[in-house]
Amino acid sequence: FEQIGILHKRFKQLSHNEDKLRRDDFNTIPDLACNPIRNQIIEAFFDKRNFHQNGEGTVQEIGFEEFLVVMSHFRPPALNMTEEQRENIRREKLRFLFNMHDTDNDGTITLEEYRHVVEELLSRSGALGKETAKGIADAAMLEVASISMGHMEPDEFYEGITFEHFLKILKDIEIETRMNIRFLNLDTTTLCK
Amino acid sequence: MIFEMSALSCAFPGCRWSVLLLVLVLLVCSALPIDASASVYPLRGTEGSNLTNVTTKKAFPVIGVNYDHVRKPFEIALWILLALLMKLGFHIIPRVSSVVPESCLLIVVGLLVGGFIKVIGEKPPVLDSQLFFLCLLPPIILDAGYFLPIRPFTDNVGTILVFAVIGTLWNAFFVGGSLYALCQIESVDLAGIGLLSCLLFGSIVSAVDPVAVLAVFEEIHINELLHILVFGESLLNDAVTVVLYNLFEEFYKVGTVTVLDVFLGVVCFFVVSLGGVLVGVIYGFLAAFTSRFTSHTRVIEPLFVFLYSYMAYLSSELFHLSGIMALIACGVVMRPYVEANISHKSYTTIKYFLKMWSSVSETLIFIFLGVSTVAGPHAWNWAFVVGTVVLCLVSRVLGVIGLTFIINKFRIVKLTKKDQFIVAYGGLRGAIAFSLGYLLSDSHPTRHLFLTAIITVIFFTVFVQGMTIRPLVELLAVKRKKESKRSINEEIHTEFLDHLLRGVEDVCGHYGHYHWKDKLSRFNKTYVKRWLIAGENFREPELIAFYRKMELKQAIMMVESGQLSSSLPSTVSMQNIEPKPIPRVSKKQEEEIRRILRSNLQNNKQRMRSRSYSRHTLFEADEEDNMSEVRLRKTKMEMDRRVSVMEGRVSVLDWTSGVLTFPNLNIAEIQPRNCNKPMFALVTIFLQVSHYLTVPANRESPRIGVRRVRFESDNQVFSTDRLPTAHFEKPSYPSTPDAVSLEAEFPKRVNQKTDIGPKVYASDNHQRELDYQSLARCLSDPGPHKEEEEDDDDDEIFMS
Repeated sequence: FEQIGILHKRFKQLSHNEDKLRRDDFNTIPDLACNPIRNQIIEAFFDKRNFHQNGEGTVQEIGFEEFLVVMSHFRPPALNMTEEQRENIRREKLRFLFNMHDTDNDGTITLEEYRHVVEELLSRSGALGKETAKGIADAAMLEVASISMGHMEPDEFYEGITFEHFLKILKDIEIETRMNIRFLNLDTTTLCK
Repeated sequence: MIFEMSALSCAFPGCRWSVLLLVLVLLVCSALPIDASASVYPLRGTEGSNLTNVTTKKAFPVIGVNYDHVRKPFEIALWILLALLMKLGFHIIPRVSSVVPESCLLIVVGLLVGGFIKVIGEKPPVLDSQLFFLCLLPPIILDAGYFLPIRPFTDNVGTILVFAVIGTLWNAFFVGGSLYALCQIESVDLAGIGLLSCLLFGSIVSAVDPVAVLAVFEEIHINELLHILVFGESLLNDAVTVVLYNLFEEFYKVGTVTVLDVFLGVVCFFVVSLGGVLVGVIYGFLAAFTSRFTSHTRVIEPLFVFLYSYMAYLSSELFHLSGIMALIACGVVMRPYVEANISHKSYTTIKYFLKMWSSVSETLIFIFLGVSTVAGPHAWNWAFVVGTVVLCLVSRVLGVIGLTFIINKFRIVKLTKKDQFIVAYGGLRGAIAFSLGYLLSDSHPTRHLFLTAIITVIFFTVFVQGMTIRPLVELLAVKRKKESKRSINEEIHTEFLDHLLRGVEDVCGHYGHYHWKDKLSRFNKTYVKRWLIAGENFREPELIAFYRKMELKQAIMMVESGQLSSSLPSTVSMQNIEPKPIPRVSKKQEEEIRRILRSNLQNNKQRMRSRSYSRHTLFEADEEDNMSEVRLRKTKMEMDRRVSVMEGRVSVLDWTSGVLTFPNLNIAEIQPRNCNKPMFALVTIFLQVSHYLTVPANRESPRIGVRRVRFESDNQVFSTDRLPTAHFEKPSYPSTPDAVSLEAEFPKRVNQKTDIGPKVYASDNHQRELDYQSLARCLSDPGPHKEEEEDDDDDEIFMS
């Protein structure tokens, strides 16, 4: 449980020894600035859906418990877990990802949202930008639709990626082994700027 | 074994076996010394002129046999041919090859050939160490290094290093020490072997062999993690092996060991391994830099790759550094840059040559191993040999378990017992051990004993472990490699995950794995790529490169499958996904439109068909032509589809701005996507309501830029010419824009491996978007792009 202690220290550091963390505090992290999806990451921290309390919408500031809850999404699975527990953890992590993509909280990732995701991802590449992002997002969406729906009439309209479809297309990534962070040694002092 | 072989020969009466026999006979003949006197060449008269009267006049020889002249190449070629025929034979007999791994069969063949040669009375050729290390080993290692899957390797590099270094050290010392203890037992009668000898032997026999591992693991398809663990270990332990071998050899000569020597040994290890890597990296960068300039001489590109790598290997061997590590480092460093620079054909060439050479090498190695077994002088000592085998197994198992225990504390994904078992069981010894043993100078009194023991261990691991690992894998239900190709969703999300984890790590303030990875890749992008990649390619992020590759693959797949429609897995298409409010059109206009559409389409179809059929007759297995062919067909199909869609929609099209917007729709809809040949340009023309488009005739420039229809003058991405876009800026006429010259899209040559796919596709989408929007007159497009500005322009013009 020293991990919690370390995180607490970090929390205090980020929030300048207050009890609540705000969005601006995240902006003080210098390395985060070069991350192409930083906005979404920051939003994820403030998204109520990630607080496991069945809430929706976003909050303006979070306390330490919420910080911990969000961080807990990145816990590695223990060695001796049953298949069911693994499945649960996988769902949880994919749910987190899903919430990051689904910005309007309607339960589906529409084409626009997906395009936005890809654009953000490629926003660092500079020159090639928008059209390619659109092309890629469209192709990806097409793939999801093909896999999930199989056969569709030309008139039907595919609303968006639901959580179940999301699970299906990403089940090969083995997210429970990849979406983890080791909370080993936090070099907090050097980041205290 | 003999019975099996004879059974096989019964199954294949005559044909294969006779060929084999013939080959064998020829081979044996080559071993026999045939001296020049066998030739029927007449003696040129050095006897001089005074004998001209006396010498009998021989008839001019029509046929002569001069074997010595071609002896060496003849033998080499014959051996290789034999090896390959064997390989061919095994795959024709499916029953055997599914049970027994190829390496075993090849060794058996080697044994047979060796036996045969010995029976004849000749001395069979032994696996010469020089030949092995300089010619046979490098292709295999280069192949492995060049195609090393980087991601799993770097994810597990810590584990691999621990296994390679510490594991091998442990193995060497344990085996050496225990053998020494064994030798002390009087009953065994081995008292003559000193500690250093035993340690030397231990160091030779402890290294996991990449050739054997590759040969066996390739057939069982286990999951990536285990494969990379065992394989990476076998590659990286070369440094340890080299150092230990040289160290103990030196000590043996000198006789005494001091602490200083041990310390120097440790230093030597670092020098050897890091030096090898450094040499490899230098050569890798040289190769990458060279490849930047090869755009005019594509034919020799593969040679650069091969030669630089081989030079790296030789240079590091020159300095007694680890050649294998140099080779791997060279391949790994070189690959991303070289692949961005070279043509597609060169890439294919490199791939196939590497595979070919490594396959031949592997086959030859195993056969020679078999032959050498028969040839070499043997000294059998039950205790020693059996002890070696048992100790190797035991030490491997102990080593793996112990190390995993430590490693698991640091890993996120722990290694399960099953994984440990496979890793331990996959520790095969192979030809490297044999060659190292062969290299032992004859001053070792126990050299023959060592060789025998080594060969026994090799045989044991390759035969027993190699044969049983496949059923064991199935029995234990170890996770297999997933065969499915990566989908673009997975790719997107992998990249997304990387950034996400990096971000969260930053939030935690943790300088972790992802942090460094990201830093490295950013450094790579800003500095390194600028120097090493020709042209504008270096700015491309991986996702786009992946996307292009995928499109390329799809296109090739379409060609191979022969039909377009079946390649689509479902009938889901873009219109299912795009939310489009559908405008309405008046009846009369709709009829007219329909009629015109149909006629135009048929015209086009005919033209396309004639073109495509004429191309068919000239069809070569040329990927670029394939590409254009495919794109042609794709376009055609899309056109059909779109027209049907259009016709379906025509009934509900809302004609708000007259026929004006329609032209846009047409042009945009029929996106020509294909070809780098001028005549295809014609195909891409789609007739307007009552006008036609002409195509600029000659596109002879070798690098043809992508031309797109754009509204604005500046182009974001693609190199476009301005001339054809004029028509979009004057839509204010009712029906006939004049001869609008629609540009065709001329993608750059496929072999530049630049963005055909996404460009075209993206532009396609772009156009569709545009026209839908213009139809809908409601800009629901997300976000502020240039598009919106364009549409604003467009709409304003319409409204004027």
